[in-house]
Amino acid sequence: MSYVLIIGAKSDIAKEVARVYAKNGYNLYLAARDSSSLEDLKHDIEIRSGVDVELKEFDITSYDTHEEFYRSLKKRPIGVIVVSGYMAEQTAAQKEWIETLNTINVNYTGALSILNIVANDFEKERLGFIVGVSSVAGDRGRKANYIYGSAKAGFSAYLSGLRNRLYESGVSVLTVKPGFVNTKMTENLELPQKLTAQPQEVAEDIFNAQQKGRNVLYTKSIWMLIMLIIKHIPEFMFKKMSI
Amino acid sequence: MSLISWGMYPIIKNKIFLLRDAVGLAKYIENTDEFIPYGNGRSYGDSALNDNILYTKTYNYFLDFDEQNGILTCQAGVTLGEILEAFVKRGWFLKVTPGTKLITLGGAIASDVHGKNHHTQGCFSECVEEFTIMLASGEIKSCKRGDELFHATCGGMGLTGVILSAKISLKKINSAFINQTTIKTKNLKETFEAFENYKDIPYSVAWIDCLAKNEEIGKCLLMVGDFANDGNLGYKSKKKLSIPFNFPSFALNSLSVKAFNWLYYAKAKDGVSKQRVGIDTFFYPLDAIENWNRIYGSGGFTQYQFILPKEQSFEGLKEILTKISDSGKGSFLAVLKLYGKENENYLSFPLEGYSLALDFKIEAGLFELLNTLDEVVVKYGGRIYLTKDVRVSKETFESGYPQCDKFREFRREHKMDRKFNSLQSKRVKI
Repeated sequence: MSYVLIIGAKSDIAKEVARVYAKNGYNLYLAARDSSSLEDLKHDIEIRSGVDVELKEFDITSYDTHEEFYRSLKKRPIGVIVVSGYMAEQTAAQKEWIETLNTINVNYTGALSILNIVANDFEKERLGFIVGVSSVAGDRGRKANYIYGSAKAGFSAYLSGLRNRLYESGVSVLTVKPGFVNTKMTENLELPQKLTAQPQEVAEDIFNAQQKGRNVLYTKSIWMLIMLIIKHIPEFMFKKMSI
Repeated sequence: MSLISWGMYPIIKNKIFLLRDAVGLAKYIENTDEFIPYGNGRSYGDSALNDNILYTKTYNYFLDFDEQNGILTCQAGVTLGEILEAFVKRGWFLKVTPGTKLITLGGAIASDVHGKNHHTQGCFSECVEEFTIMLASGEIKSCKRGDELFHATCGGMGLTGVILSAKISLKKINSAFINQTTIKTKNLKETFEAFENYKDIPYSVAWIDCLAKNEEIGKCLLMVGDFANDGNLGYKSKKKLSIPFNFPSFALNSLSVKAFNWLYYAKAKDGVSKQRVGIDTFFYPLDAIENWNRIYGSGGFTQYQFILPKEQSFEGLKEILTKISDSGKGSFLAVLKLYGKENENYLSFPLEGYSLALDFKIEAGLFELLNTLDEVVVKYGGRIYLTKDVRVSKETFESGYPQCDKFREFRREHKMDRKFNSLQSKRVKI
């Protein structure tokens, strides 16, 4: 069976995405920094699903290693899912440039670096799927987290263009826009329960949307409506609001 | 964000800590006054509620599987559903499973859950070979049947420590289907006879019509069955229906319950009929409707589950069913089952006799009614199931659980009473 490459495999969402793909028979490359810390997950997935799981050392901000990394995979993956994300605390990112830079590099620059390579390969083969986990935060900049949001906005725009480009080659590109998700990233935030998804739900949604060849996925789906409203608030009002 | 239990009552504010690793847990135990472990929130009442809650579902790695002997080791936050998803297609099933697969392994041990095969297989602890648990001191202990810690923890409602992982033995199956026989009875006497007649069949449970009156009291559909042997192991969890919001409270009055019970009962053929059904239909009918608890409205509900010793069951059930029927307070679900022998665990619920479980919407006058039912339960030497309970008194609890003082003593001796507490443990003073 084919391999799926998951970039940023240490996140809570990635862990569940990995389990869902394995459950459906896909072998996995799990790529992350300090990938040996994923041994327990690898073992877990092998017991649950009996698929092959390989851990791959990968640093999304070491751009010059990406080409080599991709070539080193023993079998071309049928799909690539980028889950990497870094959410600096907004006020910290406002004060410290390194926090802003890191946010941009993980969420945007690094994701593009690896996906450019993947896209060229998939286009040539006319086969494969790409999933990018962006965020609803990219739909409109808000004072609460516009630095993270702007990096995700860039990533969403990239995925949209990539989808347009690869359409001809039959390679599908899915943009995932999670709203609130209960993960390590949001552990210290007070999230409204009804709008907050569990990582398992997000993973199932991603798998189903990707298999159906969908373009953009909001998860939970209510976020499509919420963002539709937020996007349509006139700027002269929006700038006065705290949301 | 605050966590609630399945009954959505009571609703309290709480602080949640996510269990991710033993080191973090040890620190949490040291720095927290008192807390209670929480699995997947399927216990009905206040047994997993407190101001501080340890959320354990994030601790969910499968650790080992011995294919030869069917021995599976998992972290405690793994749900039974995940185990089935991985193993039914390979020909393994849980030796003991309750009526929902949406509970964690840790929760299954802490409640020492039981299922339709209690009369032949006993409680969940029967399939637990070994487990590890972190105590109040932060020390991790491994224990087995025979250890006092084992018998206090199985059924111990999370009050002895935090279960970290468990080794359980699975049962070999040769089909994901069950050959089911449904027996429709006309009254309690027939129901009891049917249970006796079919007691050699491994799985059995009855749905009873609580609103039946007079000579019809105790009429039921008894469903018994066992795994088929056809080699068909195809199993995929069904897509769930969902109740998207709390029903308005008038949706569930005695009329609608009557209609539901009648429809369910009427659907079944008279006398004895046979069906072939899947695992989910047979074992987990309600899991098919996500958030079915919302049908009781935002005020919440409780499940009243008691068990009476076999010799007293007939008289006691008749008395209780009459009281319920007279009260007009309906129950969507009433489940009757004949149980097998009691085990040695300090607080496990089952004993040899009949248990009845009924749901009630929380409303004025309900707790008064339940108190009068308690009196009957106590009179006949029965007990109340803590996993479902949200209101039982210390006295009623104590009269049903003769080993509760041993449990209290064990908790005190190991300083567990200072760290692990739920609203329920404080109410019944264990």
